[in-house]
Amino acid sequence: MNSSFALSSTTFIYGLATVFYIGSFAFKKKMLAKAGFFTLVTGFVFNTAGIGLRWVESYQMGYGHAPFSNMYESLVFFSWTMALLFIFVELKYKEQGFGVFISPLIFLAIAYASFDPGISSKINPLIPALKSNWLIAHVITCFLGYAGFAVAFGFSIIYFIKPGQPVKDAVSTRQPVKDAVSARLPAWEVIDELTYQMVVFGFLFLTIGIITGAVWANSAWGKYWSWDPKETWSLITWFVYAIFMHLRLMRGWHSRNLALVSIVGFVAVLFTYFGVNYLLSGLHSYG
Amino acid sequence: MKNKDTIPRQIWEFFCSVKLTVYTLVLLAVTSIIGTVVLQNGTPRQYIDIYGQGMYNLIKVFHIDDMYHAWWFLFLLALLCINIVVCSVERLSLIWKIIFPKQIRFNPDRFLRGKTKQTFVADQDADLVDAVCEKWLSKQVGPVHRQNDDSTRRMYAEKGRWTRLGVFVVHASVLLLLLGALIGAVFGFKANVRIDEGDETRTVFTAKTREPVHLDFVIRCNEFEVKFYDTGAPEEFRSNLTIIEDGDKTLTTDIRVNHPLRYKGINIFQSSYGTASPGAAVVTVADNSTGQEITRTIQVGETIPLPDDAGSFQLQGFLPHFDFRGRNMGEAFFGKVSLKGKQEFQIGLPLQFPTFDKMRKGRFSFFVKEFEKKYYTGLQVTKDPGVWYVYAGFVLMILGCWVTFFMSYQSFLITLHPLDGGRTRIHLAGRTNRSAQNLKLKLARMATHLENQFKKGY
Ligand code: HEM
Repeated sequence: MNSSFALSSTTFIYGLATVFYIGSFAFKKKMLAKAGFFTLVTGFVFNTAGIGLRWVESYQMGYGHAPFSNMYESLVFFSWTMALLFIFVELKYKEQGFGVFISPLIFLAIAYASFDPGISSKINPLIPALKSNWLIAHVITCFLGYAGFAVAFGFSIIYFIKPGQPVKDAVSTRQPVKDAVSARLPAWEVIDELTYQMVVFGFLFLTIGIITGAVWANSAWGKYWSWDPKETWSLITWFVYAIFMHLRLMRGWHSRNLALVSIVGFVAVLFTYFGVNYLLSGLHSYG
Repeated sequence: MKNKDTIPRQIWEFFCSVKLTVYTLVLLAVTSIIGTVVLQNGTPRQYIDIYGQGMYNLIKVFHIDDMYHAWWFLFLLALLCINIVVCSVERLSLIWKIIFPKQIRFNPDRFLRGKTKQTFVADQDADLVDAVCEKWLSKQVGPVHRQNDDSTRRMYAEKGRWTRLGVFVVHASVLLLLLGALIGAVFGFKANVRIDEGDETRTVFTAKTREPVHLDFVIRCNEFEVKFYDTGAPEEFRSNLTIIEDGDKTLTTDIRVNHPLRYKGINIFQSSYGTASPGAAVVTVADNSTGQEITRTIQVGETIPLPDDAGSFQLQGFLPHFDFRGRNMGEAFFGKVSLKGKQEFQIGLPLQFPTFDKMRKGRFSFFVKEFEKKYYTGLQVTKDPGVWYVYAGFVLMILGCWVTFFMSYQSFLITLHPLDGGRTRIHLAGRTNRSAQNLKLKLARMATHLENQFKKGY
């Protein structure tokens, strides 16, 4: 098996998991959600193997670097971190109604990496600026952060899909209306809490990601902060989630309004990740 | 705000509000976008070309051309700092007593209202259950406090009161970061310099204003080397430098990208490279009317006579990028040809195209046979005494976030009611200042654990 086979399989398997989850949501079949989870875990195994093999292959080619050096590799890793976090949440909270909101994100990231002709999957040697152990710390932490925000985003959109909204601003104990679609979704409190937990997770790692990036920049260029567009956008993202936390902890915001802030935050994440690369110019040539 | 509040009090309250925090953070987030879309630190010409004169005036007024150092942006940051300081002073004075109480008290009613209560019945009597629970609670949580009455025994334990300080650490770290940045801006500098291989310098030039900065030592570049992968992408840039202080060779070392030299508070980074202007070249002059060729070394600036006394040629200089009718011909020498009775003219001698000058079809054609190729190394030289404050801020921010998010103040209450037949009913309840969901799961785990212990029998 080589990495490109493992990663194409991963894309396919994540796609299958997404289909199962959507099926379970549409037809209210618990079995399908179970199948979805099982499939997703299988995909995660392939995803891990793919990343590991790619690492080995880069050594065999004589370049020898961690597989976090371009858009393709970062998207594959993004899928991996989202899957990791989602599996963790499923195991910890034993809720099986969320998969339908998260699995499409996991699938889309890796599918985009594979199918966008503009993204090359070739293993290339590292340019001198990227040769640093800080690169590994920086990429891993940033993408764990992004994964936290992505999963939080998945939870947040439930507020705009699921009927039986609690009144705004308050944590309601009222259960969602038991209609065909949403019968299997957990209580609002749980969604609210989980969204917060995911944002907190993302925030901690984004913070560490920005910091490792700054330390790295300081060792490569002698400036820990240069207001490069990517840096600035990651700071903007950080501000949005800091706002999220202050609103929740100090101003008592909850539910739908807060979910909106989390969605805005995720848009900022996406812009930091893709928008800056395609629309603005700067030091960062990849995710 | 009450009317009787004095003006200073009102100002204090204004800076104390979290609304102000949120508004300031929103403003910072939104305005930060500007600098990622509008060109930063460009020349007036560039702005006028892109945005037009009118917009340029606006850009000048609001310092959008360097907006992250504009007065209004710095003002927002200052506002944030005042907000943090005022809020922290206010809150700390309020909660200090709560964090470090003289005596720990608890209110059982508060626990009863919580929705997280776990209840089960053990077959053992109250004394035994009491002993097991106390041991377990003190091991899991902390010292046990009691409050018993006729029918019930209550055991209370808590942990993590101090974690409430985590938030203050986070906020202090923000202040420390900004302080470090300020120190760096005031007492530090960022400069660049180019040194040809074999040359040395003591003076570097600041990045923004190109002002000279004189160092306490001399930097000499002994050698520069660039390595390429077989794909043609650069693999490594390396400069071999010697630091000379008071005429002594103090230190000789290599620097590479990501591996700077730090010497006496000055940091030296590899940042760019290029071909140094050579001092001389070996030039071949062909006389196309006779087929005769002469080859000789010419210093830059030197003029040589052409054969037959036909005129002269002066080697004028070197260009890293020779532009020929809009095309970049790469590295080239250029010179001036003066033929008797004709107007003198300039020619370019691109190194990659030895026959280039032949195509001019003049009587004499020139090409550069060889020259001693030398690189220059581009160094970034910085001094930033604030960086340690910034790094300390980084560490504190991570620690503070960790404490704030993943540790919490938790308290637990176990209530025992003796039942008929020597059995005991056990309530387990908890409170926390953070994730209620986590606490609920934790309580369920604790209850299962205890229940199993009693089932196994004592
Ligand atoms: C960026 C600048 C920041 C400003 C200006 C700011 C300001 C404030 C202010 C004024 C308060 C209310 C006062 C208080 O209760 O102590 C507060 C509370 C809080 N802040 Fe920040 N903050 C900032 C960053 C952060 C960050 C990065 C975090 C992330 C860990 C954070 C976490 C909190 C928390 C958890 C509270 C609630 C305190 C509580 O629950 O008692 N803040 N912040």
